[in-house]
Amino acid sequence: MEDAIFQIVALLAGTLRIATPLILCAMGGVFSENAGVVDIGLEGKMLAAAFASATVASATGSPWLGLTAGILVACAMSLVHGAACITYRGNQIVSGVAINILASGLTMVFAVAWFHMGGQTPGLDNAARFLPISLPGSESLAGVPLIGPVYANLISGQTLPVYLTIALVFLTAWTLSKTRFGLRLRAVGEEPKAVDAAGISVAGLRYRAVLICGGFTGIAGTYLAIAQNANFSREMSAGQGYIALAALIFGKWKAWGAFWACILFGFLDAVAIRLQGVHIGAFAVPTQAIQAMPYLLTVLLLAGFIGKATAPKNDGVPYEKGE
Amino acid sequence: MKRGGIRRIAALACAFAATAFLAAGRPVAPAYVYAMGGKFDRSFSEALYRGAERFKAATGIPYVDFEVSRETQFEQAYRHFASRGRNPIIGVGFSQTDAVKRVARAFPGTKFVLIDGNIHMPNVLSVEFREEEGSFLVGVLAAMASKTHKIGFVGGMDVPLIRRFACGYGQGIKYADPKATFLQNMTGATPEAWTNPARGAEIAREQFDRGVDVVYAAAGTTGMGVLQAAADRGKLAIGVDSNQNYMHPGTMLTSMVKRVDVAAFDAAQAETKGTWKPGHVVLGLKDGGVDWAYDRYNKKLVTPAMKAKVDQAKADIISGKIKVHDYESDGRCVY
Repeated sequence: MEDAIFQIVALLAGTLRIATPLILCAMGGVFSENAGVVDIGLEGKMLAAAFASATVASATGSPWLGLTAGILVACAMSLVHGAACITYRGNQIVSGVAINILASGLTMVFAVAWFHMGGQTPGLDNAARFLPISLPGSESLAGVPLIGPVYANLISGQTLPVYLTIALVFLTAWTLSKTRFGLRLRAVGEEPKAVDAAGISVAGLRYRAVLICGGFTGIAGTYLAIAQNANFSREMSAGQGYIALAALIFGKWKAWGAFWACILFGFLDAVAIRLQGVHIGAFAVPTQAIQAMPYLLTVLLLAGFIGKATAPKNDGVPYEKGE
Repeated sequence: MKRGGIRRIAALACAFAATAFLAAGRPVAPAYVYAMGGKFDRSFSEALYRGAERFKAATGIPYVDFEVSRETQFEQAYRHFASRGRNPIIGVGFSQTDAVKRVARAFPGTKFVLIDGNIHMPNVLSVEFREEEGSFLVGVLAAMASKTHKIGFVGGMDVPLIRRFACGYGQGIKYADPKATFLQNMTGATPEAWTNPARGAEIAREQFDRGVDVVYAAAGTTGMGVLQAAADRGKLAIGVDSNQNYMHPGTMLTSMVKRVDVAAFDAAQAETKGTWKPGHVVLGLKDGGVDWAYDRYNKKLVTPAMKAKVDQAKADIISGKIKVHDYESDGRCVY
């Protein structure tokens, strides 16, 4: 029994660790897309931020400077995306793909040129990383059944970006539904003309949304490089930005919806790791079948249970004044 | 415009003359093509680089090398070297197979060496390793070092080659500790499985949660995440391909080394002596092609009893007393 509880807690802790970069990217996407700017480039921004944070953390030995660098780089890439999509009204998908290709290529070029380690950055000391934090009381509560292991292994013992992420989900949901800025942001994704007629700058709002998205992906990349791992390596984002995008659609462009979708994907991934090599009768579960599960479930759930996912009305449509 | 044209023709003529001259003389001028990871990947390519450096130091013959940033560049690299009269051209990594095939056909007078691949052509030497034998040895060490009698393996992409690592490792574990539990995970079914250290770390943590205290990673850069996770949790880890003991002293039990450097050195050396032969060579423990790493970084972790046992196993494999089953021979694994 105790062992079963421990295994379940470990599974949930794994879920949270895996879901963290997804949640951050999805929240970034919630801001950007609710303001009407489609962002395929979550993946690229996360990758660039991972490289920047690992580089700066290894040069300075400070995870905080690493985090700052990650956020700055991701924001800079967001501005490029913003300039292409908002100011010059370019195709948002094309710009996003360009961001991804740019990040994939540039990180490799700089990594090889600066460190000569085949696209990796030097390994970081523990002082230069965000390490798991042990919350007060986790030792004394350890003996209490159920609450003890849950508190000690799930709630306590996560890294700082994980806690930050949870706080940011609350902040995102609150901003978008309760604040003037958030309501205007959503209006600009639905009816930019109305916002413009009210005398509020459409471009200004969209730029702010895109920048916030950059900040979030910057934290995601930093988490990958200096909390979850101890260095940058080639293509380390490994498609997680795209999964976050799927979660965003799954969650119908709402903060909590996207959050739970990310948790679901993280959970499936954590289960997949644990299910591998398990036999059901004489039948060994193949790796591939388990790996396909998150995608299969997305399709099935979206088609059968969740219902239609409707994007903000003017998501992906550049705004042109006075048509 | 006109001058440029003349210059181009002159350059072409020179190139032709040069190839004709080189084809006749065929001096030894080795060229090395690194794997995707690049020259200092702390793994495969770095071993190739060490072999190249050793050759230069031993013979005084300079070499040239090439780092690719995309898989499509392999063929360009080989063509470039072959057309400049480089010989032999030595590359490492399974993913170079197609490039070597195509270029070897176009340049039948040039000698090619492919390490970790298998091509049957009259001007290609393929060198492979008995990974199952080296993995067997590190499996013996893992079983003896484990206190929980639960031992883990994290593979990269789910391909027969990696199954071969896992299978040899499992046999070694069962040889040293028949009652041990062996858990194995593959990172994925796509090439991304080689480059996902975060997932590697997560798989390792999951194995630790299930009681594993020694884990062996054969997963490219994904493996770096596994080694890091072990260091973070204070568990033991085993590296692969190159000696990775130095990466986390204190938690690195050993590494299963593939002597790519020996293969790279020998191939170039054979050419200088005129003994180079095409064909397919498989290097095992007997040939010094694979081994376990023992150095100042893991000296404290390997007890005399462990060392004695693994040395015994090594001698027995070499003498043929222990037969290590090769997964790829029948697609099955028997412990």
